[in-house]
Amino acid sequence: MNPIIKILSGLSLAIFAAPSIAALNIFACEQEWAALAQELAGDKASVYSATTALQDVHKVEARPSLIARVRSADLLICSGSELEVGWLPLLLTQSGNAKIQPGSEGYFEASQFVPKLEIPKVVDRALGDVHPSGNPHVHLDPRNIARVAEVLTERFVQLDPANADTYKARGISFRERWRAALSRWEQQAARLKGVPVVVYHKDMSYFINWSGMREAGSLEPKPGLPPTPTHLAELVERMKREPAKVVVYSAYNSPRAAEFLSERTKIPSVMLPFTVGGTDRAKDLFGLFDDTIGRLLATVK
Amino acid sequence: MHRKATMALAVAAALGLPHAATAQTQDELRALREQVRQLDRRVTDAEQAAVQASSRPTGENAMNPAVSVILNGIYSNLSQDPTAFRINGFTPTLGEVGPGVRGFSLGESELALAANIDHNFRGTLIASISPEDGIGVEEGYIQTLALSYGFTIKAGRFFSGVGYQNQIHAHAWDFTDAPLANKVFLGNQLGEDGVQLKWVAPTETYFDVGVEVGRGRQFPAGPAGGRNKNGVSSGNVFAHVGGDLGTGLAWQTGVSYLSTSPQDRTFDDPTGTSNSFTGQSRLWVLDGILKWAPNYNPTYTNFKLQGEYFRRKEDGSLTFDTTGTAQTGGFTSTQSGFYLQGVYQFVPMWRVGYRYDRLDSGTTSFSAPLNAADFPILAAYNPTRHTVMADWSPSEFSRVRLQFASDKSRSDVTDKQVFLQYIVSLGAHGAHKF
Repeated sequence: MNPIIKILSGLSLAIFAAPSIAALNIFACEQEWAALAQELAGDKASVYSATTALQDVHKVEARPSLIARVRSADLLICSGSELEVGWLPLLLTQSGNAKIQPGSEGYFEASQFVPKLEIPKVVDRALGDVHPSGNPHVHLDPRNIARVAEVLTERFVQLDPANADTYKARGISFRERWRAALSRWEQQAARLKGVPVVVYHKDMSYFINWSGMREAGSLEPKPGLPPTPTHLAELVERMKREPAKVVVYSAYNSPRAAEFLSERTKIPSVMLPFTVGGTDRAKDLFGLFDDTIGRLLATVK
Repeated sequence: MHRKATMALAVAAALGLPHAATAQTQDELRALREQVRQLDRRVTDAEQAAVQASSRPTGENAMNPAVSVILNGIYSNLSQDPTAFRINGFTPTLGEVGPGVRGFSLGESELALAANIDHNFRGTLIASISPEDGIGVEEGYIQTLALSYGFTIKAGRFFSGVGYQNQIHAHAWDFTDAPLANKVFLGNQLGEDGVQLKWVAPTETYFDVGVEVGRGRQFPAGPAGGRNKNGVSSGNVFAHVGGDLGTGLAWQTGVSYLSTSPQDRTFDDPTGTSNSFTGQSRLWVLDGILKWAPNYNPTYTNFKLQGEYFRRKEDGSLTFDTTGTAQTGGFTSTQSGFYLQGVYQFVPMWRVGYRYDRLDSGTTSFSAPLNAADFPILAAYNPTRHTVMADWSPSEFSRVRLQFASDKSRSDVTDKQVFLQYIVSLGAHGAHKF
């Protein structure tokens, strides 16, 4: 063989190596769904997450690498509710993959299977980047994880009946472990009930709703708009009148606005993982809630 | 409301089940509490489900397509007369290549409608409403959804996949106007009536190849509205490779080859004579784009580097002064050009950018009875342009841009251009190509 051809074919093999072959090829838009899919499917699935905990899921580039992954996916798991509206539609139309188009079995929007919060009565962009069908950040209510897990297991069984027994067994095992963890978290989070909290973005609403904390303000003047000096100054004034107990921000947010408020008001601030991979301890869904609750308890005291 | 329900249930549980009320064991009490809590949760869920159900649109307009409108307006300050604009060294394209009018003007407004037609097709219509001459169809195409194996077919009118910037709508450009190379080789932006077939490889590294065939509606095949013949008058093949590098870089590079056969492609020399070209036009484009954002999170800072190199060969026959002496002779040309631009977002909402344009009029040759001196617009000249811009985007839906350019498109003068522009979008949230 001509050495140049050898080198070229070697290179092209290295560059164009096909994605690994598992029963189910899963493309998750967010880390939490990637982690859940991995828990429920084990080695029957190869799971790819489009984003990391350090990315703002609203603002993601439809990168070539993502199109390439969607091209070969059997199942797409996303939060939905317009969260990925700036990039997912492009991945869907560019991928040439019929299996994962909306309406097919391979398209799974997690937020459809849980009761949604903050469905706006008025939809107007003057109110910021509002989501007409409700707040899409549903995964931080641990009960929602359990709800989505049930439907997702069914979906795995539909898509890959050959491994149905494995999916069902893993589903039951996960449900049991989650139930045990949930009662532990409920006990721990009892101390958070009624605690006023300042958030960065409206991405903590489901956690706040579950834990019974109270949202006392947000660093963003309007959803999706970055914090402004004027708004922060107002917030400082408001905190003097009705102080919150804690200021939280997510791993993907810059800490500066939270630190600013914290310095001015002496209200402690804490970074929360937001999703799997956001902190070292949040290495899976269990760790995500352990760490979120742990960090809040340690800060609120 | 569900608090009340909880109370009622708790009372019912206590009164309606006497043996439970008398039960002393902690276990039974705990079980009851759990039941009440579950009922409470079901009531909450039902309430929320009711709210969600009522918030869904009903009736005929529930199936409305995604509608969005782009508005843009501009203030231009041009040191040279824009009506005398030309790019020396190159055949005029009759596209919208000039810098526009002086003073205030409304740019083209865009109305975009898009939706899935059924499980097989998606449809998109993008109409441009020009402030002077009515409504034009910028893009109007259907696209397959269900072909599988990485194949997609697009049919209708669409921006050709030649090069990188050509497929991007003007409102999403990083500068107010198109690169000089896009102006001279593609008449600003090439929209084709035809069919495109594209295949995406099943690999981790992105790879696509595609082919387009069309009517040759615009320059370089036109500009007379396409040839009057059956079959195909314009063909384009392209391929792209792209991927990620490290924890913040994404890249894509592509090559495309556009082959057209212009027939009676007329152009006016600024001296007033009309000429026309018939023959072959072949254009190669190499493009590359590199985007960086720390951890792929572009919210705070990001950087974008983009460049394209164009090379065109034309050969055929050229007719001088079609309305007068109408002398015809052979004509060949090999011309090239490139641009390179970088845009940096240094804090949220604020970006700055620089672009360098350079064209090379290359070699042109005329055979008898033609005389090079009769075509002053084609006389050798290498146009250049420097452009800087700063823009502010208070939200994803609005942008205000200030741009300065020193444009040496004309061989005799330098046009100092200042543009102040707003671009906003209303309605459905658009998704932008990489």
